[in-house]
Amino acid sequence: MYRYDEFDATLVAERVAQFRGQVARRLSGELTEDEFKPLRLMNGLYLQLHAYMLRVAIPYGTLSSKQMRKLAFIARRYDKGYGHFTTRQNIQYNWPALADTPDILDALAEAEMHAIQTSGNCIRNVTSDQYAGAAADEVEDPRPYAEMIRQWSTFHPEFSFLPRKFKIAVTASDHDRAAVKVHDIGLRLYRNDKGEAGFEVIVGGGLGRTPYVGHAIRKFLPKEHLLSYLEAILRVYNLQGRRDNIYKARIKILVNAEGADNFAAMVEKEWAAMKKTDIDLPREEIERIGAYFAPPAFETLPEESASLEEQRRRDPDFARWLRTNMAAHKTPGYAIVNVSLKPVGGVPGDISDGQMEALADLAEDYSFDEIRATHEQNLVLPHVRKDDLCAVWSGLKRADLATPNIGLVSDIIACPGLDYCTLANTRSIPIAQRISERFADLGDQESLGELKIKISGCINACGHHHVGHIGILGVDKKGEEFYQITLGGSGAEDASLGDIVGRGLSADATIDAVEKIVACYRANRQDNERFLDAYRRLGAEPFKEALYEAA
Amino acid sequence: MKAVTANRLDDGAVVYLDESGQWTAELALAARYEGDDAEAALADAKRRATEIADGYLIEVTETGAPAGRTTLRETIRAAGPTVREDLGYQAAGR
Repeated sequence: MYRYDEFDATLVAERVAQFRGQVARRLSGELTEDEFKPLRLMNGLYLQLHAYMLRVAIPYGTLSSKQMRKLAFIARRYDKGYGHFTTRQNIQYNWPALADTPDILDALAEAEMHAIQTSGNCIRNVTSDQYAGAAADEVEDPRPYAEMIRQWSTFHPEFSFLPRKFKIAVTASDHDRAAVKVHDIGLRLYRNDKGEAGFEVIVGGGLGRTPYVGHAIRKFLPKEHLLSYLEAILRVYNLQGRRDNIYKARIKILVNAEGADNFAAMVEKEWAAMKKTDIDLPREEIERIGAYFAPPAFETLPEESASLEEQRRRDPDFARWLRTNMAAHKTPGYAIVNVSLKPVGGVPGDISDGQMEALADLAEDYSFDEIRATHEQNLVLPHVRKDDLCAVWSGLKRADLATPNIGLVSDIIACPGLDYCTLANTRSIPIAQRISERFADLGDQESLGELKIKISGCINACGHHHVGHIGILGVDKKGEEFYQITLGGSGAEDASLGDIVGRGLSADATIDAVEKIVACYRANRQDNERFLDAYRRLGAEPFKEALYEAA
Repeated sequence: MKAVTANRLDDGAVVYLDESGQWTAELALAARYEGDDAEAALADAKRRATEIADGYLIEVTETGAPAGRTTLRETIRAAGPTVREDLGYQAAGR
């Protein structure tokens, strides 16, 4: 894992000290709210409906046990005993007091964490594949590149006042778990025909008010030129992006107004004129950063574990959890464990201080001290010996963290919605809770296969509804909550935006509608195809009929 | 009718301006204004910058319940998250 060097430590400590002074001046009245607001946002501190909210960055979703314990400490000492994992691999605290935030940031700094780049019109905290360094299907670990992007982008003077926020995601697998096609820049590391590894550079994707799937503006970028090429894109955007209209300020608007080919030509021209050696990292520095992400000391093990097979045969609940929550590891004898934060009836992404500590212990004992956060609001223990899976499962069960539903109908993304968020039009969490209760039967869930429901409480789309297999968007109609359903979206390698299937529905009708959509899928499904594949084969009509015929 | 609401500066908690010019956590105790009086009360409140982070007017009924288009939002602010009844003002049994 990456460890702060003296520059990181100094930079974070200086920023906390600066913010401590700013908070003191705000409390004394020296600073007005208008003066203070941009300063607190630069430190991840928002004001929500009931209280302040602190968003803590988890770069590329990688956490150590020590860091998770620190997050638990903060939840208990300064908040109300829980945190909320977001759709950008971050964690949010919903109840911190303003006066406590400098102390919270100090506590975070002790564990090499901060809340920088979690708000404002800068390059935001970079996200990546939660299976990085563990996935059986990856070309190489994408995190060294994510870390280079983090260092390059942190307090980058040229890009601190962009037209709008800017999100970069990196993956290195064919199966895209980082939603790279719906980011401002998505980077996909792959091997070309010659066997060389490089990046496909995808630009101009995004959700929100005007959703787009991104365009590949460069098919193959040699890895060593990553930073100079990113800088060229950011320069074009910084100059050409619209600052006159907040709704048209994201790079996706520029890319789609210019056309991807034109935009690519502008970037190439900028890039050609740049002195790349000033920006691209020398080989030694790339190797130095890469060394932080060297694989842990895996044992040489047989691929299969006899004890695991025995336990699997003996306990059908364990067998079910293995089927749904375990993923293939690149190292023989190891597995990736997904930890669901979506219990039936629970709040997606919420985790208590005690659960955080239980997970930190399990990671320490069984996963080389590593934990990952996912953009689907779950957690991962990336490196577990197959021999230890049953012990990990037992530990997770004791902490109420063993829900076997990864990728299934109850593994729902939901934004905080109107229960917490000052931007929301409607609530999201209760819809997620009621859907998960409606489909509580684990056998039914598993028989339905992969089905991704994503819920946003407003058009800003933090709940990624546009790319849900079933998407649900809350809309306010004269003070009443209504929900609009979209079908056929995907945020993965087969990215697409969902189609709106009809008029908005009440909350009650929305839960029924999801059931009708699922029943229609079940009736028309061929050969265990996924919901998404069935929808793409059948089109919207049968689903529309199922939804609105009796209404 | 209107009431003045804000988030308290030090902890962000929801507060309302009462008849005596103090901040109260209970919407039912908020002073209720008509017309220009509401704007004037808000302008006064906003000058108390060391007490609140943000202030605005909300529509309320004659008995001091949230009203109008933001009824749900202000009901949630007044009580706490509907998904965590153990948190927010509702947790204290109000």
